[in-house]
Amino acid sequence: MPVTNSEWKPKIVAFCCNWCSYAGADLAGSGRLSYPADIKIIRVPCSCRVNPMFILRAFERGADGVILCGCHPGDCHYTSGNYFARRRMTMLFSMLDYLGIERERTRVEWVSAAEGAKFSKTMNEFAEAIAKLGENRKLGDIRCKK
Amino acid sequence: MRRFAMDQAEAIVKSIPCAVYAPVEKDALVTYERFEDGMTLRLDVTSPDKSPKDVLFPQWENLMHFRMEGKTIEITEQQRCDEDYVIFGMRACDIKAFEVLDKVFLAEPVDTYYAARRQHGTIVALACGEPVESCFCKNFGVDPANPKADVVMWLVGDEYYCQAYTGKGEALMAAWETQEADEMPVDWAKGEIEKKYDALPFAKLNLNGFDGEHLQELFDSPKWKKLSLACLGCGSCTFSCPTCQCYDIRDYDTGHGVQRYRCWDSCMYSDFTMMAGGQSRPTQLERYRQRFMHKLVYFPANNGGMYSCVGCGRCVRKCPQNLNIVKVIKALGEDEK
Amino acid sequence: MQEIAKRIQNRALELLADGTVSRVLGWEKGETQADWTPALFESAEEMKDFVYGEYAGANLSKYCLKLKRLEGRTLVVLKPCDTLSFHQLTKEHRLDREKFYIIGAGCKGMKDEAGTLLKCNACKGKEFVVYDEIIDDEESRKPSAVMDRMDGVSDLEKMTAQQRYDFWRGELSRCIRCNACRNVCPACTCEKCVFDNPASGAASKAPVTDFEENMFHIIRAYHVAGRCTDCGECSRVCPQHIPLHLLNRKFIKDMNELYGDYQAGEGDDERTPMTSYTKEDAEPGIVKERGNA
Repeated sequence: MPVTNSEWKPKIVAFCCNWCSYAGADLAGSGRLSYPADIKIIRVPCSCRVNPMFILRAFERGADGVILCGCHPGDCHYTSGNYFARRRMTMLFSMLDYLGIERERTRVEWVSAAEGAKFSKTMNEFAEAIAKLGENRKLGDIRCKK
Repeated sequence: MRRFAMDQAEAIVKSIPCAVYAPVEKDALVTYERFEDGMTLRLDVTSPDKSPKDVLFPQWENLMHFRMEGKTIEITEQQRCDEDYVIFGMRACDIKAFEVLDKVFLAEPVDTYYAARRQHGTIVALACGEPVESCFCKNFGVDPANPKADVVMWLVGDEYYCQAYTGKGEALMAAWETQEADEMPVDWAKGEIEKKYDALPFAKLNLNGFDGEHLQELFDSPKWKKLSLACLGCGSCTFSCPTCQCYDIRDYDTGHGVQRYRCWDSCMYSDFTMMAGGQSRPTQLERYRQRFMHKLVYFPANNGGMYSCVGCGRCVRKCPQNLNIVKVIKALGEDEK
Repeated sequence: MQEIAKRIQNRALELLADGTVSRVLGWEKGETQADWTPALFESAEEMKDFVYGEYAGANLSKYCLKLKRLEGRTLVVLKPCDTLSFHQLTKEHRLDREKFYIIGAGCKGMKDEAGTLLKCNACKGKEFVVYDEIIDDEESRKPSAVMDRMDGVSDLEKMTAQQRYDFWRGELSRCIRCNACRNVCPACTCEKCVFDNPASGAASKAPVTDFEENMFHIIRAYHVAGRCTDCGECSRVCPQHIPLHLLNRKFIKDMNELYGDYQAGEGDDERTPMTSYTKEDAEPGIVKERGNA
């Protein structure tokens, strides 16, 4: 979908786990690696803290894309949190796809505390993908639009 | 009395210069919708899945919007309805239901949102022909053969006979292409309708004792326990009811302000009338009892004997577990007062 | 079916008489042919109104939750698919098996005014997973499914995203938020639903926007994923005829395909797909790789 509204700027929410991905974002920052300002990070204790409702609520309030970042499978600070998150997100994303919501608007990436470069790369790619998709018109509450 | 051919009905609906709400097919349902080209008009359906209550009292409507900008709050009030419309093909029970709603919304303090809509409407009624098994309107003083409306239509053979009863109705009908007609066939049709409705299974329910005098006895009846057991506490009956008028007012936080809206509420819900005190009805028995006591006892006691049930039969058809007002009337009515 | 009904009625009377059970949960006939209501019978006298047969579509497992704290045992009549729901509830410790005496009732498919119930067209089988005794006949043990359970889901998966979006907008826009689907669901057992809790930020009594319709139905189906036995009650009770089972079945299909076949309500103490994991699970990106766009 081409972007027609020149004023539109993608809004992206990134849920980052405290132990790996948030630290990864920190590292990206201290390493002066850039990622788009459109990305708003929400820190969560573990990727499995993210309830499917969190993702939906982000879309409700106007997000154009939502990404969840956690520790690599096997590296979870709480042993198995990210394994559960993996199943939950797979199910949710599949359901959103089933309802006809663009499947590119949701993503999960595993980013460790040492992967500042991966964090920056992932976010740049995701922001680009969302910019290409354009505004999210299928899953948001119109009352939240200004 | 005028008449027009049955197949002209759609052309007449289309010729009406303002918005028209009429029973149309909507996927698997027949509901009153704003008529648009391409819709299938279903005047033959005696009791559409939803009543035209939504036209006067929509399931939700905005009341006002608060917008925060720094330290100032800007309040925008919702515009009242200022557009004329016609409800076409409305049945006698649903018209009676509007009278019930009037008692609630037009009593002081007047609900101005409702009043504005009521004023702008013209009602074209259609007398019933074929009842459905669940109809029991005659118990509540509804005459399916003689709806009270601006214009009334009767189907006789393959022609609609129509008659205007108000100035608004005359003005509307003046633009229709109709022919002069005799009243005889309509009188005959009315007699037929009468007969069909009298032969229905719920045609004669015993409503003796459903009044303010017997309030306490009915309220304390041990039968409520058994009657309410299967109730799921869903709102299908209240939301399909043409007279249920309870609503809730809620605020939606939009992130840059607050949208205040009202929406239908249901006495079947656990948080119905929940206020700061946290005192809402504790179990489904109380909620269930409230609904029927309100329709059959409290409302008539406060409104000169007018029941707030019109016998449209929607709750009878919609209840997932087949509970309904007829069963309540029969069970409680057995206790001769 | 009348013969089975008679046998159940007689057996229930015996059990009431000898004190094995204190009450019977079954169905009562109403005013019209298809008008059957779940009902509780507490004496031999009341049992004369007991019925069982082709209009006994309701799944009585949900009512067991209401009755679980009563003194003595309750006799409950369950069809094969209902026993899955019942067993799932005992697995979740929502019901105490000992409080109920289960008569497994033979079923040849249920109907309502409009004909055979949707859920019966895709019958999952005639096996009782839990019972104290079974009362059935030869005829009721024969499979009666006339379609594959996942047909509807597969058809949707074959569509394009836009077609699916349009399909669901059409269906879900009819929702009036009466909550019948939630309230009838034997897997929905929260004391206070998130959608009724004003403090949750998600409570709403009307589907004011498209988003609220989507949100409610996604979460409703998601919350029972892995516990939903596919009893089909949600679609049966919907006054607006929304095919809600297509949402639940999508979750079931996905879980079966990705995490191995699983039927909620069967087995004893294995974990559900949503409360377990393997190290080799597919990545969420698999959604992008499957099917068409």
